[in-house]
Amino acid sequence: YTHIYTHRQSVAQSEVQEQSRRWYSVSHLSVQERIDRKRNAALIGGGQKRIDAQHKRFAGDSVVTGQGRINGRLVYVFSQDFTVFGGSLSGAHAQKICKIMDQAMMVGAPVIGLNDSGGARIQEGVESLAGYADIFLRNVMASGVVPQISLIMGPCAGGAVYSPALTDFTFMVKDTSYLFITGPDVVKSVTNEDVTQEELGGAKTHTAVSGVAHRAFENDIDALLNLRNFFNFLPLSNQDPAPVTECHDPSDRLVPGLDTIVPFETTKAYDMLDIIQGIADEREFFEIMPNYAKNIVVGFARMNGRTVGIVGNQPKVASGCLDINSSVKGARFVRFCDAFNIPILTFVDVPGFLPGTSQEYGGIIRHGAKLLFAFAEATVPKITIITRKAYGGAYDVMSSKHLRGDVNYAWPSAEVAVMGAKGAVQIIFRGKSNQAEQEAEYVEKFANPFPAAVRGFVDDIIVPSTTRKRICRDLEVLASKKQTNPWKKHANIPL
Amino acid sequence: VNMNLSNTECIFFVASRLITRLLHCLWQVMKTCKKMGIKTVAVHSDVDASAVHVKMADEAVCVGPAPTNKSYLNMDAIMDAIRKTGSQAVHPGYGFLSENKEFAKRLAAEDVVFIGPDTHAIHAMGDKIESKLLAKAANVNVIPGFDGVVEVSYTVNMVVLATTFCKEGFRLSSQEAASSFGDDRLLIEKFVDNPRHIEIQVLADKHGNALWLNERECSIQRRNQKVVEEAPSTFLDPETRRAMGEQAVQLAKAVQYSSAGTVEFLVDSNKNFYFLEMNTRLQVEHPITECITGLDLVQQMIRVAKGFPLLHKQEDIPINGWAIESRVYAEDPYKSFGLPSIGRLSQYQEPIHLPKVRVDSGIQEGSDISIYYDPMISKLVTYGATRAEALQRMEAALDNYVIRGVTHNIPLLREIITHPRFISGDITTNFLPEEYPEGFKGHQLTSEGRRELVATAAALYVSAQLRSQRFLGNLRVSTTPQEQRQWELCVELEKGSHTVAVSRSGSTFTVEVDGVTVEVSGEWNLASALLPVTINRTPRVLQCLSRDAGGDITLQYLGTQFKVRVLSQLVSTLSAHMPEKVPEDTSSILRSPMPGSVVAVSVKPGDVVAEGQEICVIEAMKMQNSLIAAKAAKVKSVHCKAGETVGEGDLLVQLE
Repeated sequence: YTHIYTHRQSVAQSEVQEQSRRWYSVSHLSVQERIDRKRNAALIGGGQKRIDAQHKRFAGDSVVTGQGRINGRLVYVFSQDFTVFGGSLSGAHAQKICKIMDQAMMVGAPVIGLNDSGGARIQEGVESLAGYADIFLRNVMASGVVPQISLIMGPCAGGAVYSPALTDFTFMVKDTSYLFITGPDVVKSVTNEDVTQEELGGAKTHTAVSGVAHRAFENDIDALLNLRNFFNFLPLSNQDPAPVTECHDPSDRLVPGLDTIVPFETTKAYDMLDIIQGIADEREFFEIMPNYAKNIVVGFARMNGRTVGIVGNQPKVASGCLDINSSVKGARFVRFCDAFNIPILTFVDVPGFLPGTSQEYGGIIRHGAKLLFAFAEATVPKITIITRKAYGGAYDVMSSKHLRGDVNYAWPSAEVAVMGAKGAVQIIFRGKSNQAEQEAEYVEKFANPFPAAVRGFVDDIIVPSTTRKRICRDLEVLASKKQTNPWKKHANIPL
Repeated sequence: VNMNLSNTECIFFVASRLITRLLHCLWQVMKTCKKMGIKTVAVHSDVDASAVHVKMADEAVCVGPAPTNKSYLNMDAIMDAIRKTGSQAVHPGYGFLSENKEFAKRLAAEDVVFIGPDTHAIHAMGDKIESKLLAKAANVNVIPGFDGVVEVSYTVNMVVLATTFCKEGFRLSSQEAASSFGDDRLLIEKFVDNPRHIEIQVLADKHGNALWLNERECSIQRRNQKVVEEAPSTFLDPETRRAMGEQAVQLAKAVQYSSAGTVEFLVDSNKNFYFLEMNTRLQVEHPITECITGLDLVQQMIRVAKGFPLLHKQEDIPINGWAIESRVYAEDPYKSFGLPSIGRLSQYQEPIHLPKVRVDSGIQEGSDISIYYDPMISKLVTYGATRAEALQRMEAALDNYVIRGVTHNIPLLREIITHPRFISGDITTNFLPEEYPEGFKGHQLTSEGRRELVATAAALYVSAQLRSQRFLGNLRVSTTPQEQRQWELCVELEKGSHTVAVSRSGSTFTVEVDGVTVEVSGEWNLASALLPVTINRTPRVLQCLSRDAGGDITLQYLGTQFKVRVLSQLVSTLSAHMPEKVPEDTSSILRSPMPGSVVAVSVKPGDVVAEGQEICVIEAMKMQNSLIAAKAAKVKSVHCKAGETVGEGDLLVQLE
């Protein structure tokens, strides 16, 4: 009986392989295939039968690979098959993945991995480990050459987790996918911690706490459909420009709501997403890591059809200050955009870096430097809009003119200064009684965009409602921007 | 019109956002002032600094922080501001100080013209009990049995109509009254059956002349607040109209009224009418009277305030055509016909491109609707030669009204104006609870409506799919594009699923919904908030509120928002294999139904509550809401305390 079943499985496998050449095209075959596999997994069950099965060989091993097109654009895909040896990684499995990755590098097309694997195939021993390393090497070589996306659709444990970690984006499926180095059982035996799979490495943990995953989706189908949508934002390789799609939203559209969005009280919060959605084409913003380090907002949008990466401080969370997590989140995103020719829009409302022992001990200096590094080395078009506060070192960091910002705008509400009025007056006029008066004078002199504008650090003070119009126009101009950094083997970003 | 007001004249506006929001009128007043060459000054609280009326005024003065008793009700600050700006006249706005006799007195003492009736009239009419005694003396019909003393034997019609919870209701009402108007007395009066609320607009000058400017029917109400108004009323015959008008004028003359005012009546099914109260100000619904009479009430008020006699005679006042007003509120109509909602207006477009549509609003795109004020967004007025024409325009206006970022009551408004009973004119003040005893549930789709909606959603989905395959100037897209001609889709709507086949020729989609062919054509502009389409040759305006990668589309169709999910046939079959998500058990948790502040928490952890027992009271926009336990249980935890501000959906109390 088992024999018949496994035979059918192998036949089905080769069929799937045939189809998989086109399976990521418009027809959603991938979904079909994945579901079938899930069902099969349920049929086979675990335990003894699985161990039995592990001594058999399967045509195609535990991974399906191929290439296809999403909305007409080429993509290479591999999908691990949990129904075969628990999706464990064998030498053959690894070779198949390496093969398409090599091809993807040669033709310049993104690689999407659908991960669903229990880990190394223990029976194969070191061969399996070698397979991992082969994939890791290719992940590293492809990094910055073609976009790599991982979608975790089931368990992904042990060494297998490092492949997604090396790719540009890791997405997860809520409730059914897990990422961890060691599972709950091992954790229990080593550190005596009681923790469930979901708590240890579920989608919620990785999108909100660890920052390992960039986004989570409701279920397999939702994840695949969103991935297709996300793919439309990305260029095919570092040799291709950011894609431009047909756009129905007028590029000169005024956004009247922006004129009133920044509150008069400098301490009052507003939602940076309102600004971003206001200026973006059709209010569409694909946010990356929406639940992690929420004091910075990063993600993709389109301006007049052209993909842009947007970075914005979020005044709604921790006043939008920069801390360790937000710096790292921002830096990685900026580097991705720079690697793949995606222009960067930066919305600045930052009161500074977050003070405190936990931040200092955690190395905010080192981590903050990453964001500074990323903005400074980026050679793609960089447009910066200071909406309100741009204080101190954080002003420098947030794509300032000094870090080769191409166009730097300030809204009338902008305050470009070394620090806020209160702090500054306390330092300069320590112990003096007329602090309120001095504060007012400080606000008058420094808490506005003029000092920066007269020195050319800000190109123009603009009416907020015209922001979209100006950005679209500037992006058109900057589309042919050419800038190179001096030759080097690679830079030494403060990791 | 002979206007002898010099250009240096300055009118001071005591207008909060309440008014501004209800700005409707205020905005109109300012416009009229500008037209008349009068300088304007607006006062505002901290949070209203960027409100439309403040920007529109020539000068603005801040009178305090957001709570109204520290700003708009703060007479000292306002008097100061009046002196500072040298204003010669004050427009009191609506609500707040507009009917405060103390304020009018102080103005008179400083020789500042109060635009509105004089202190005596406000005094007489401001008190509901006293005004009834006066009306009775002036031979105006008052509710039988009323003589100023509460007779408990009557069925009482209280602000909160709940005899069994009378005490509770009384407490809530008087607290509400105290919180907003600083007066905690309640009026108890006889219950009139099947009542209609019909009011007469009067206009009187300082020389003893008074006119009645016909009636407005305001029977469509919820919780004693008007929702839809019209002028004239379908119910009144010329005799009744004249009788009501004459009594209204008698009353105005009896109190030496000198401004625009409104005399409200309850009318029963036999056309007996009873005086209810007199509003000594320009009311929200005044534009419909302007529409049918052709008079600019604001201008008349300013003239009268300056001491000019009326220009018109009673026989000059016509009824030309029909006008309807819908009050567009930022509130959720699915919760007791409207609980306040807050948010930022991310998109806002008024349907003023349509003919004979007037929108008076105090907000703009980007405005914040906060918990502090009345939630009115605008008043939408349409006018037509006949009632049918005005109603048709109202339908179109509501369909073309784009409001995003806050929940609004357009679904309810559109259902009311297309309701057969409303169209026939057979309405009472109980219309809403009578027609929707289970609460308002939105538009109920007919099978044809369903098909139209499904077809439009499918066509929209296909146009979006097609567009996502079009890249500009990209050389690496496959050179042999195969554009699909036929789509097999599955559309889910309200738990029903439809098999749909779509084919396209140009911008026209032929959609087969469960075997019936529907033809949908349109521009398919995916960036526009409005989605004008022609469905089977009938033009319709839908709105696309959201569209995401997972196939979920939210469309506004016939006023109501519907969530539609469009999936390819294959994805739909596979969806069946997706694990089901378990929804949260809602009976053991109590969430805030609206944003507001917590007035009182009546339980603490460990208490045992009975089903229906009050757990806490939330107040927002002058309205208190008592939250009750859905089942008998022990209180597990309490997550709020009195005085706190809570958002919609925030966890308040957890039961075991």
